Amino acid sequence: MDSKTIAEKLKEKFPDAIETFKEPASGAHGDPWIEVSPEKIHTILKFLRENENLSFDNLLCISGVDYSDRLEIVYHLHSYHHLHKIVIKTLLKDKQNPQIETVCDLWKGANWLEREVYDLFGISFKNHPDLRRILLPDDWEGYPLRKDYKHQDYWHGIKIGM
Amino acid sequence: MSELKTQELTINMGPQHPSTHGVLRIELLTDGEVCMRAIPHIGYLHRCFEKHAENVDYMGVMPFVDRMDYVASMNNDIAYAMAVEKLLGVEVPKRAEFIRVVMAELNRIASHLLAIGTYGLDVGTFTPFMWAFRDREFILDIFEMASGARLLYNYLWIGGVWMDVTPGIEEKIKEFGDYFGPRIDELDTILSYNQIFINRTKNVGIIPLETAINYGLTGPNLRGSGKKWDLRKNEPYSIYPELEFDVPIGTGEMGAVGDCWDRYMVRVREMRESLKLVKQALKQMPAGPFRAKMQRVRPAPGEAYFKTENPRGELGFYIVSDGSIKPYRVKGKSPCFTSISCLDEICQGAMIADVVAIIGSLDIVLGEVDR
Repeated sequence: MDSKTIAEKLKEKFPDAIETFKEPASGAHGDPWIEVSPEKIHTILKFLRENENLSFDNLLCISGVDYSDRLEIVYHLHSYHHLHKIVIKTLLKDKQNPQIETVCDLWKGANWLEREVYDLFGISFKNHPDLRRILLPDDWEGYPLRKDYKHQDYWHGIKIGM
Repeated sequence: MSELKTQELTINMGPQHPSTHGVLRIELLTDGEVCMRAIPHIGYLHRCFEKHAENVDYMGVMPFVDRMDYVASMNNDIAYAMAVEKLLGVEVPKRAEFIRVVMAELNRIASHLLAIGTYGLDVGTFTPFMWAFRDREFILDIFEMASGARLLYNYLWIGGVWMDVTPGIEEKIKEFGDYFGPRIDELDTILSYNQIFINRTKNVGIIPLETAINYGLTGPNLRGSGKKWDLRKNEPYSIYPELEFDVPIGTGEMGAVGDCWDRYMVRVREMRESLKLVKQALKQMPAGPFRAKMQRVRPAPGEAYFKTENPRGELGFYIVSDGSIKPYRVKGKSPCFTSISCLDEICQGAMIADVVAIIGSLDIVLGEVDR
């Protein structure tokens, strides 16, 4: 199934939750994506995983992206069963206290991927079983992959930076 | 005896432990000789790859990519170069594709040799380690001829390769092809079908296929659990569709499907396939340019995700471009990161001594886990 058909199928099932389906502009290359509303992310991903015609059993990647006015979370999904893939995006407008539902119960691999997004972007995943920093020390300040990140001067007496 | 109370004991393994293959700390919760939990703590080798990548131009990211999985640099470079090429829509010259595949497959052999050699060391045999490193040396010499470096090559460029193959290198690779086949047979005799090694690894650390898919395991770890899935075959890229090779999977020959021996054996068999690929690619390599003619890399705004089959699994790059000369966001999806995330589940109930065998069989490189 190509991304367009999947988008139509989702639109049919969740008419209010699907924001846009975007294909790369002419001349540009890349992947198409479906933007969904953050409140419904768990329901939609659950549907994508469990629906027989879709059965996205393989979570490839969860990435965060920081834009000036929003934070984005991007889910790359793939199905071993039907051999199709899809990119699902969701936008978080609240940059001070971004929150989103976890998908750990759907894919166990999401556990660490979400911890990484939490660690580097400060997006907290509701109902995550073990939301701790993963790459950085537990007492690190700030979220490094935010575009406005300023690192602390000292960490336990060690000078940071050049 | 039943009135004796037992107490769970927490042991810290690493970060400076030789069999963690780098700087990995594992919190072991043990009950006598049995491991109840094994909680990995990573991040000791975090070098801010993704932050660095946002501050240099597209070509400047390449050396950082080299340093992710530092024993399979050529394979990492392919993934990154092809992700950027997907964004650009650039067509790579045929000759460059062939050179890339030869280098990548040689690097796969080198990487598997390291994995197998150190795995032998982990479970207590020293000789195969020396043999594997002796043969790996041959490949490093070839890479030194091609790129001038022995570990971090920066040889693949966006749109092709840095330089055409050095004169004399084809003979050297042919020589390696003739030399290496019998060496794998030797390795099989001394290690793979060694009864002590088999007893040490069969029925240990079994990963059922469902668990493997649920955790997102890829590469030899997934194939060891019996899934015939290889991106070179199933989502072919570069020139792989033109070449002939098999995809070995774990069949539970010695014990259960998905045990440590299966994962180990998939790597050994993959080396034979890689050797086949190298020979074919070398034979069919056409003449022509080795790099596409292109301006400074500046993709139109957009985003792309591209993954390739690395020795350790599927390495993916998610690149967002805002139309400038620097990438807006580069996310590296590391196969080792997902491999190590399932350690806790498969170690539960294993013997402490087997934890080392399990970590070794997952074949992680901490440079890529932590990035």
